[in-house]
Amino acid sequence: MIENRPVSTAVSHLVLLAGVAIVLFPIWITIVAASHDVARLLEVPLPLGLGDQFFENLKQVVSTGVEGSTPIGIMLFNSLVMALMIAFGKITISLLSAYAIVYFDFRFRMLFFWMIFLTLMLPVEVRILPTYEVVAQLGMLDTYWGLTIPLIASATATFMFRQTFLSVPDELLEAARIDGAGPMQFFFDILIPVSRTSIAAMFVILFIYGWNQYLWPLLITTDKSMVTIVMSIKGMMEALEETPKWHHIMMTALLAMIPPVLVVIGMQKLFVKGLTETEK
Amino acid sequence: MKKIPSQLKMLSLATVLICSFSSIALAETEIQWWHAMGGVNGERVDKIAKDFNATQKEFKVVPVNKGNYTETMTAAVAAFRAKKQPHIVQVFEVGTATMMAAKGAVYPVEDVMKDAGVAFDKSDYLPAVISYYQQPDGKLLSMPFNSSTPVMWYNKDAFKKAGIDKVPETWTEVEAASKKLQASGMKCGFSFGWQSWVMIENFNAWHNLPSGTKENGFAGLDTELNFNSDAVISMMAKIGEWQKSKIFDYGGRRGDSLPKFVNGECGMWLNSSAYYGSIKKQAKFAFGQAMLPFNPKLIKKPQNSIIGGATLWTLKGHDKADYKGVALFMKYLSSPEVQSWWHQETGYVPITTAAYELSKKNGFYESNPGTDTAIKQLSLNTPTANSRGIRFGNFVQIRDVINEEMEAIWNGSKSAKEAMDTAVQRGNKLLRKFEKANK
Amino acid sequence: MLKQVHFKSSALPYMLVAPQIIITLVFFMWPASQAIYQSLLIEDAFGLSSQFVWFDNFKELFEDDRYIKTFGRTLFFSAMVAMLSLSVSLVLAAMADRVIRGTGIYRTLLIWPYAVAPVIAGALWVFLFYPTTGIISTFLTSMGYEWNHQLKGNQAMFLVVIAAAWKQISYNFLFFLAGMQSIPKSLIEAAAIDAAGPLKRFWTIIFPLITPTTFFLLVVNIVYAFFETFGIIHVVTKGGPANATEILVFKVYNDGFVGLDLGGSAAQSVILMILVIGMTIFQFKFIERKVEY
Repeated sequence: MIENRPVSTAVSHLVLLAGVAIVLFPIWITIVAASHDVARLLEVPLPLGLGDQFFENLKQVVSTGVEGSTPIGIMLFNSLVMALMIAFGKITISLLSAYAIVYFDFRFRMLFFWMIFLTLMLPVEVRILPTYEVVAQLGMLDTYWGLTIPLIASATATFMFRQTFLSVPDELLEAARIDGAGPMQFFFDILIPVSRTSIAAMFVILFIYGWNQYLWPLLITTDKSMVTIVMSIKGMMEALEETPKWHHIMMTALLAMIPPVLVVIGMQKLFVKGLTETEK
Repeated sequence: MKKIPSQLKMLSLATVLICSFSSIALAETEIQWWHAMGGVNGERVDKIAKDFNATQKEFKVVPVNKGNYTETMTAAVAAFRAKKQPHIVQVFEVGTATMMAAKGAVYPVEDVMKDAGVAFDKSDYLPAVISYYQQPDGKLLSMPFNSSTPVMWYNKDAFKKAGIDKVPETWTEVEAASKKLQASGMKCGFSFGWQSWVMIENFNAWHNLPSGTKENGFAGLDTELNFNSDAVISMMAKIGEWQKSKIFDYGGRRGDSLPKFVNGECGMWLNSSAYYGSIKKQAKFAFGQAMLPFNPKLIKKPQNSIIGGATLWTLKGHDKADYKGVALFMKYLSSPEVQSWWHQETGYVPITTAAYELSKKNGFYESNPGTDTAIKQLSLNTPTANSRGIRFGNFVQIRDVINEEMEAIWNGSKSAKEAMDTAVQRGNKLLRKFEKANK
Repeated sequence: MLKQVHFKSSALPYMLVAPQIIITLVFFMWPASQAIYQSLLIEDAFGLSSQFVWFDNFKELFEDDRYIKTFGRTLFFSAMVAMLSLSVSLVLAAMADRVIRGTGIYRTLLIWPYAVAPVIAGALWVFLFYPTTGIISTFLTSMGYEWNHQLKGNQAMFLVVIAAAWKQISYNFLFFLAGMQSIPKSLIEAAAIDAAGPLKRFWTIIFPLITPTTFFLLVVNIVYAFFETFGIIHVVTKGGPANATEILVFKVYNDGFVGLDLGGSAAQSVILMILVIGMTIFQFKFIERKVEY
């Protein structure tokens, strides 16, 4: 850096290491708890180091399933489908509508604009019962459509793509026009490629959003084959008249954490770039 | 993107089907049963349904866990509004008034049995259990499933160590025993959970005092809460004091304080008899259960305690033929074998006299002393208007209010009188709202 | 805002916005209008009987000082979450910006909490602070500080604030770091030549230059604390003890979903919607200005 002072660099590293240690402590404890048996987790003081039951717990959680008879593979699969459908669905409709709003002059443009943006922040928990009724009337209970489409009805992605498109230089469209490109050709050949970092960032955000849903899937699924992994954790914590089986809960929590963590870490460069570029 | 997941879904669904159901018969009528039993009890529920399905070929009961009690009830309500309701839903006792008021939605279990022509004799059932769920004319509205009552759990080893030779029967004795326990090195004397149920509703029933007017709401929607009596207030004030010296230590609204008991922090624990299974599994000491303590200044001999837990309600709106399946299932559920198995496994009380007798005959109470405390306590005396049960509308919210106000006493931010008065006043507002909504 | 260079109207833009508009109409506008209608009713849970009561539900809310207190509590909670999470991530980002090696590794490690579901985050923190057995709570108790968040409102509030802030640190860290790394090195070098120490350099140069980022993050964090912490509170405290952690969104859920008071809950939804619309417009104005800048 500017001055090469080993002391201040060391201090920086120390602060960072301490920060990382604090931030990751709960996750470390998750792994620890997942590696002990249930009796050990009720004895004070609780362990801070790994136990030897990790694979035993993993075997139990994977083979016997956690909530009733839904195998964990199915739950992970449902979560994955839900996360992917939400991510792709929302990105698709948002790219299209943002494109229309930014690049076309048409009647009711502002009306549509405000209609979409009013939905920006209102979480599904707040309008959950009327939304449930609509989904039920459309016969979408217990389907992946019902799980995902109502959650797609929010404007975060449209908002972000609008910002991205606004920062695309006008020359690109002029050049495309000179080359005789139509609107859809411009959209697919130029606009989408130049927005790919935003799309990647949005994918990460939406994948995590979809994966982490809890209340909505709980309400609209009755079929055991539709249970998602996050739902099952809450169910395990609330087993009536029992103390929670922390070793299984933590093992399941760990399994539920891995896919979104992999997505974030795997895509972190694009994610950061996409997010920060749009905001600048 | 849309195609691949749906194909994969079919594939995985097929796997599920093959894995979990050995026989698939298309002619079976499905009976949806939504319940709130997670964990081990959830597995027991599955077993009951599976065993029932094996007894006949016409119907198939499908149990679905819909989260905790409130989530299950709301899910059923939402489903009913959207005309997608299950046949059977498990509702906790607090929701009874709400279900009862919904005459257009509920199919009383007695009618279900009669209409389906399935033999049903109310006198088979324990009066203390079913009276909570009967209409004024005696009609049984829902089928008791998991019923329990609060008892006093105690740590025998700790009692011995502290030199307590008699299990406390009165609150004064509880206080004395707690002090001895603390002197012998324990952190706290006692704790409790489900506090509105244990310390107000049951405290009143146990002392034959009302919690509300109009026979605790049984006699009309225009009932008003009146548990801000001197008896309750002085009890609450006492516990508030005890919290300071840790004679009592609060640990959460439901069963959250269980670890305090099983880890040997507190020597006594007042909560549902249905914790038997968990305590047995977790406690590394000899434990026992005794009847709730009482205050001899208020009553010479305790009255009887009231029930808690949940019942199965049948919802209207399905094909007539489906309800035959419901009736058969209810019948199966109340059979002595199923009931005594359920009772012995879980600690819930048996709902029929036959199941109680069967458990006795099998020697269950001899090999597990104390396990009949709950049933004895429930049927200690013929229930009075004060001890039959509680029937308040919006009671889920009222319980929340009571919980909040009680917590304010424990943490010292309100006096007992102030808190109980506010609880009654806020609760009455909710009662009036319920009355208005159900005119 | 419309591009200076744009396409003329045709059927195409309508087709492009159609999917989103249809989804918004069916799954947002329709339920929202239902909620508005419901907020004027007193209705039993099953929808079998209902009465039109005009604005009684609203009147009742504003006459209830508990509801007013919930507003104050929500603001306090959001401010605490935003402050805690922003300050921790600001310090970490400043440090990560200083070190030459390892920035990527630190970023990879600090990004984890972002991916953890609120419900799971809640479960982890409950486990750590579980009154009788939790690692941190037993440690505190052994130090002579008694921990029982099921009894003590301020401890419960502290716990949900920590759990909520923890999840948000990753996001803030990423933005702060990117903001700091985009500051031209020449500026900082110039300050170093003026013999300004690292702390002074931070406050006089770096911090002012990342103000837009800080302000943006402040808005994001407050919105997050308002609406997205539901799962955490649901698992950790359920709004208790004695209402100590009940924030607006949780109260809507609790009154409607748990208490089945549909009218009262719908009225609160409507109030929240108005609030959200206000916040959206505010955020818009702010970001709009920044983009035009």
